[in-house]
Amino acid sequence: MKPRIEKAVPWLCVAGFAIWLLSACLPSPETGFHFRAFGSLPVLMDGRFQPLDSVARNALLQMRSKQTVLLDDGRPESATQWLLATLAAPESADSQKIFRVNNGEVLALLRLPETREYFSYNDIQPQASQLFAQAGRIEGIENSRRTVFESQLMKLANAINLYEQLELSLKPPRTGDFAAELASYTKSIRPGMIAMDDRAAGRSYDTNALGLFLGFLAGYDTMARYSPLSPIPPADNLVPRDEWQSVGTNLMLMAGGGQLNPATAAYATMVTAYRANDPARFNQAVDGYRAWLAGRYPHEISLANQEFVFNSIQPFYLATLIYIAALLLAFLSWFHGTGWLRRSAFFLVILAWVIHSFGLVFRMHLEGRPPVTNLYSSAVFIGWGAVVLGMILEKIHKDGVGCVVASLVGFVTLIIAHNLALGGDTMEMMRAVLNTNFWLSTHVITVTLGYASTFVAGLLAIIYILRGLLTSGLNPGSARALARMVYGVVCFATLFSFLGTVLGGIWADQSWGRFWGWDPKENGALLIVLWNAAILHARWGGLVRERGLMILAVIGNIITSWSWFGVNMLGIGLHSYGFTNAAFQWLLIFVGSQMAIILLALIPVKNWRSFNPNKV
Amino acid sequence: MIRSLIRGFSSLWLTFSCLVLGCVIVFWGTLAQVQMGLYRAQEEIFRSLFIYWHPAGFPWKIPVFPGGYLIGGLLLINLLVAHVRYYRPGKGKIGIVLVHLGIVLLLAGQMLTDGLSVESVMHLRLGQTRDYSESERQSELAIVDVTDPKVEKVVAIPTQFLSRHPIFQPSGLPFQVRIAAYRANSEVSIQPARGFEPVQATPGFGGDLWWRDTPSETAMDKTDVPSALVDIRTGSGSLGTFFVSEYFDKPQAFAWQGRSYELFLRARRYYLPFSLKLLEFRHDRYPGTDIPKNFSSRVRLECPASGENREVLIYMNNPLRYDGATFYQASFDPDDQGSVLQVVRNPGWLTPYFACALVGVGLIVQFLIHLIPFLKERAAHETSH
Repeated sequence: MKPRIEKAVPWLCVAGFAIWLLSACLPSPETGFHFRAFGSLPVLMDGRFQPLDSVARNALLQMRSKQTVLLDDGRPESATQWLLATLAAPESADSQKIFRVNNGEVLALLRLPETREYFSYNDIQPQASQLFAQAGRIEGIENSRRTVFESQLMKLANAINLYEQLELSLKPPRTGDFAAELASYTKSIRPGMIAMDDRAAGRSYDTNALGLFLGFLAGYDTMARYSPLSPIPPADNLVPRDEWQSVGTNLMLMAGGGQLNPATAAYATMVTAYRANDPARFNQAVDGYRAWLAGRYPHEISLANQEFVFNSIQPFYLATLIYIAALLLAFLSWFHGTGWLRRSAFFLVILAWVIHSFGLVFRMHLEGRPPVTNLYSSAVFIGWGAVVLGMILEKIHKDGVGCVVASLVGFVTLIIAHNLALGGDTMEMMRAVLNTNFWLSTHVITVTLGYASTFVAGLLAIIYILRGLLTSGLNPGSARALARMVYGVVCFATLFSFLGTVLGGIWADQSWGRFWGWDPKENGALLIVLWNAAILHARWGGLVRERGLMILAVIGNIITSWSWFGVNMLGIGLHSYGFTNAAFQWLLIFVGSQMAIILLALIPVKNWRSFNPNKV
Repeated sequence: MIRSLIRGFSSLWLTFSCLVLGCVIVFWGTLAQVQMGLYRAQEEIFRSLFIYWHPAGFPWKIPVFPGGYLIGGLLLINLLVAHVRYYRPGKGKIGIVLVHLGIVLLLAGQMLTDGLSVESVMHLRLGQTRDYSESERQSELAIVDVTDPKVEKVVAIPTQFLSRHPIFQPSGLPFQVRIAAYRANSEVSIQPARGFEPVQATPGFGGDLWWRDTPSETAMDKTDVPSALVDIRTGSGSLGTFFVSEYFDKPQAFAWQGRSYELFLRARRYYLPFSLKLLEFRHDRYPGTDIPKNFSSRVRLECPASGENREVLIYMNNPLRYDGATFYQASFDPDDQGSVLQVVRNPGWLTPYFACALVGVGLIVQFLIHLIPFLKERAAHETSH
């Protein structure tokens, strides 16, 4: 290729992906129901304000492990669309196949065909009593002692439970026209209360008025009891502004003399309009309510809008795809030694990292927290840190290794994060002792960077071993370069894991009065420090050469994975009959693969393709 | 001989081996917590010279692996000997020296903490004032002179002495205390049951109870409940045998030579030269959930000696440090009307802070010492191309 074209290719790659990204982010205008406006309405759930869209996505992740629904005709439907149907028209939502069941024993218990994977509420409902009888028994069993059947059944029971609760969140059961009902309920309150007083005083009373009134209340009481959502903000300044109520509670309180809350009226109109398939009225109700909120709750509505945008862009998903593309190009560049492939890969890594960072910063802004607050965000951040290290290595060495490391770790950690997100809301609130931004941003960040750099060192070592053993591409120069990289990254890892561990000790001293308590998570961090220190001392003492260094670094991968995930699973596998937890299986597979690589590295060097002059 | 010893103790092989063994016992100790609980795992694996194997049915134990103290000690010796042997003044090593100094300080500080720190708790109900904290694991036999309602004179005997010394002559008291029977962990019953024997107490309450011995508790969240029969002896004979137990909040009372006394078996108390009064306890939750957001105790600190009298807010991650003790928000009563503060006296509490600073600075210095020449070389390499 001509030099000028070679220079242009990397830029063309980036431009192509950038255009694709923009097209993925820019929404097309909505005709009919304005689902997006509805999806970005704020509600209070699990202690935090979130848009209805997040409620929908998190619920779907728990039910079917995906954020969208497939209609029977194969068309995809957005999470918000599905949630609106569930909230406003449960009888039609009940036939949507949104529950994923793939455990044979659970399928057999519920008498469902093994040939399918997704089932509707109507499919499962006939056997629901069986399901909940089993769930009631399993509830008493400790999480880590459950068998695969038990934990899968529990997962389904929880999903069904959540679904049934959502159905009771916006509309009273068996109500068709909620807006009309609201008007009759408002009118029934006074006569109903008078009849109730009369009855209590032993006077004759209006049985019809009382029956009508109590009939309404029974439905609202059910809603108040089960709704996980609190979508109704306080209408006046007399109550704290974060004490939002469920629709049911709000309606019950109206009986005691409260005013009809504009939010309740708006949601009732939305329900009625949706059921009557009247987009104009629906959109008008949504817009009217948004205007009312904007005047009184500008902060809540703006956060919800932003989280909605974050949800629909899905920056981590986009970054994952670009990391894969970069990884392929970087691999190709090793076999086809042209510079433009490597440079294209490098440019794409940078692009993916920019999107990754954008997502990270956006999340921090939404949560008002430092980047790492739970296992999910630790995966996102470990990936981010490792990509930074990879880019630095690439900038220094310019041999594609940094690109492979960056794109591979970026891609794998985002996949891990995606799977961790299946558990539910990833922006959950922090429990009291963790409710401190100072320690989250010092201890947690440094320790996580320690994890990331130990993984990078381990991955570099794997590249050394596999390239050296299986290909003839590892010449003494590139071998030495890799060894220097591993050494440098291990130094970096030692620095961060030590500082992170000691900062953790100081946090513990601040909150519990002991610097060190031999807690499993502390021990996990200490293991990484000790191991990295061991690697450095082995190298300084000349106890290991290049190959030994690589083997020690691969062992670092095992130790880090154990510290990251294994300590959270203590009890799993030790008590239970089988390795029940899917994450534990993956951990075992990972450890097994690392052991296999160590065994490969132990094959005598004369059999390595790279170092054997006869086989070139 | 000495030379080869020095060579052995200063070798990097020893360092490497100790670090690897350290990894092994940290891993081991973490897994062992699942089976034997945190406290026992710490004692047997980390705070020991050797990890022992107790073959079932045999009286002896066999050392099978070096314990935390042995590995830590060897590392410490290794570090010191290596520095004495290899240290040459020069700026190339300054970072390493700082790092190792910090590690020595950290290890030494932790040993200091193991040996010297004292942990106790202060349980305050709303509006209550206390000038002492209580041990969670240790108990004491207290004899309190309550003749003057304003001043309590306390003589306390830690229970670990009760089983070994049957007779005490507490100074300042006109009688002897004889321990007729002592059970380090006991159960008390109000009716006869298998294995229980009647309590042989004469005056006071307890004569109609039954008690028995039970094995010591190993679980972290359970503690032993000791009980004892105490005979108060004067020059003119016994005042009676009293039954005391940590099961009772109520003391046994008796009088002698015109003075009134109370006899308790209670959690060991650490008296403070100041008092804390719980003014308010808050248990904040996130709106609409039961997820705790914050716990805090607003207390009034009163120190007669210094005349201090002020309000203090103790909350998660924000303890009160006063007079060598630190008060942490640790727990609370189920009705949210009382607060439990953890009280720690640890003279070595500052060492990790210094150690961390030393190691941090050392690592950064060393990192830069290596990175800068590398980058320069890199730059030179690039310009030459």
